[in-house]
Amino acid sequence: MGQSSRVIESRRQGKRERREAVHAYVFMSPVIIGLLLFTLGPVIVSLGLSFTEYNLLSDPKWIGVENYIKMYGEELFWQSLRVSAIYSVVSVPLGLVLALFLAILLNQKIRGMYVFRAIYYLPTVISGVGVAMLWRWIFNGQYGVINTLLHNIGIKGPNWLIDEKWALTALIITSVWGVGGTMLIFLAGLQGIPQELMEAAEIDGAGRWQQFRHVTMPLISHVTFFNLVLGIIGALQVFTDAYVITNGGPNNATMFISVYLYRHAFIYLNFGYSAALAWVLFLIVMVLTLLVFRSSPIWVFYESERQGKS
Amino acid sequence: MMHTPVRWFRRRSSQQLLMAIGAAGLLLGGAAVIMVPFLWMISTSLKQAGEVYLMPPIWVPDNPQWVNFVTAWTRLNFSLYASNTFLIVSTVMVGTLFSASFAAYGFARLRAPGRDFIFMLLLATLMLPGAVTLVPTYLMFNKVGWVNTFLPLIVPAFFGNAFYVFLMRQFYITIPRELEESAMMDGATIYQIWWYIMLPLSGPVLATIAVFTFVGTYNDFFTPLIYLSDVTMHTIAVALTYFQGSAKIGPKMHLLMAAVSISVIPPLVLFLFAQRYFVRGIVTTGIKG
Repeated sequence: MGQSSRVIESRRQGKRERREAVHAYVFMSPVIIGLLLFTLGPVIVSLGLSFTEYNLLSDPKWIGVENYIKMYGEELFWQSLRVSAIYSVVSVPLGLVLALFLAILLNQKIRGMYVFRAIYYLPTVISGVGVAMLWRWIFNGQYGVINTLLHNIGIKGPNWLIDEKWALTALIITSVWGVGGTMLIFLAGLQGIPQELMEAAEIDGAGRWQQFRHVTMPLISHVTFFNLVLGIIGALQVFTDAYVITNGGPNNATMFISVYLYRHAFIYLNFGYSAALAWVLFLIVMVLTLLVFRSSPIWVFYESERQGKS
Repeated sequence: MMHTPVRWFRRRSSQQLLMAIGAAGLLLGGAAVIMVPFLWMISTSLKQAGEVYLMPPIWVPDNPQWVNFVTAWTRLNFSLYASNTFLIVSTVMVGTLFSASFAAYGFARLRAPGRDFIFMLLLATLMLPGAVTLVPTYLMFNKVGWVNTFLPLIVPAFFGNAFYVFLMRQFYITIPRELEESAMMDGATIYQIWWYIMLPLSGPVLATIAVFTFVGTYNDFFTPLIYLSDVTMHTIAVALTYFQGSAKIGPKMHLLMAAVSISVIPPLVLFLFAQRYFVRGIVTTGIKG
């Protein structure tokens, strides 16, 4: 092959690569446009808006960090942070433990297991406003099914949704009921564990608990990690239940940050202030996610490590 | 300690039987806890007004009032809200399936500068709280006059949902390249390859995405709440909350529960038919090591 034919060859290849890139951008175009229009653009605009006062009627007015200062002095803002924090700190670990426990039960080889899997997953499919309204009725202090059942065993149930001390607990209970999604992801992880490993551990004389502790737990730790991250992000954003079941009340006992933000944006039309709130929420989510990621080398065990060791 | 292989196997099988029985017992108890709210809903929806607030409550009404469903349907004007909802849901499904399957092909197969960066950026948005983009997106739709139309609910679906693009890409990667290469030899364009080869092979993932999109859009409350203020534009989800507080229903819990029962039928039926896509879909296409 001569010099010139090689040049032609490489030029042809360059042309092919360019054509491939053009096609690639055509294929990716929905995502690229969507990212710019519905994600990156709005993220930047919302940061800008958070330094303004804006209510749709007049142009946004630059007020510097005043929204953030106002937030700092607002008791209701701190209350909303407290509510969201308590809810997350309780419902996320509770949900993870229960989901893992159920997934282990559902991973047994019993005939007809798919029926149980379907039942446990059902609340995840049938979620939303209807079910939130159903929960209002279930938690009814006088006639609700929970207090009726408690009454049958001789306990006088609280006035769940009207009592400041119990309203948040009621919402945590509803969240636990919908644990099926997390459970299913754990189940997927459990089914990925090679059977030989469990058998090997058993032959080595490991009991059930030791098997769980030293084989199952490490091998699904990446699934736990995934569920933990999604759980935190989800818990800090609950809206439908909080809005429909208690709407922030009684006496702001369930004033989640999402409900507080919704009110400022769409009831009081404080768009600047609500953008500032959204950014604070964003920073909290980011810091927590980073912490989980940072801590992961300590407790998350990856397949490649196992292969490396063996 | 039993260390001989034979006895070890025997012990294992009897222990496993015991475990299985224990697991089944726990699972039955848990299933009851899951089902009680649904049974309570159905029970209430079949009662007469006077039976709703009886103490102790009756679980099975003597004279089930099936007419409650008809009453709830007409008073809530369900026909209108159901047609609004299904118009939105079906369009969103078309948009989501198209954009996810189309964009994912670019990420899975074609090389271009910046491709991986865009993909990482897309995945990063999964962790972005929706609240951050909420206000500017609302203002943008307001500016173009789309508030109080279905467009803000529908249009974004055509621009790729991060999670579904990810699922599709992961699936495309597992398809052997030979098929595409031979089609290329025969002179097919890359778009024909996507449409005639990749899509028909992607049935299970497309079905998984379709059912998740249906359920997600059908149950979505927040988006229609903020964008659809006109009563005739409401979806089932939003209409229900108005029904709850309105004079039409007031404290008539049996009618409200009848309406709620009707509202859960579409996702319930879909779930029963597509159960394997929910359960196996996640297990096979989901996250693995």
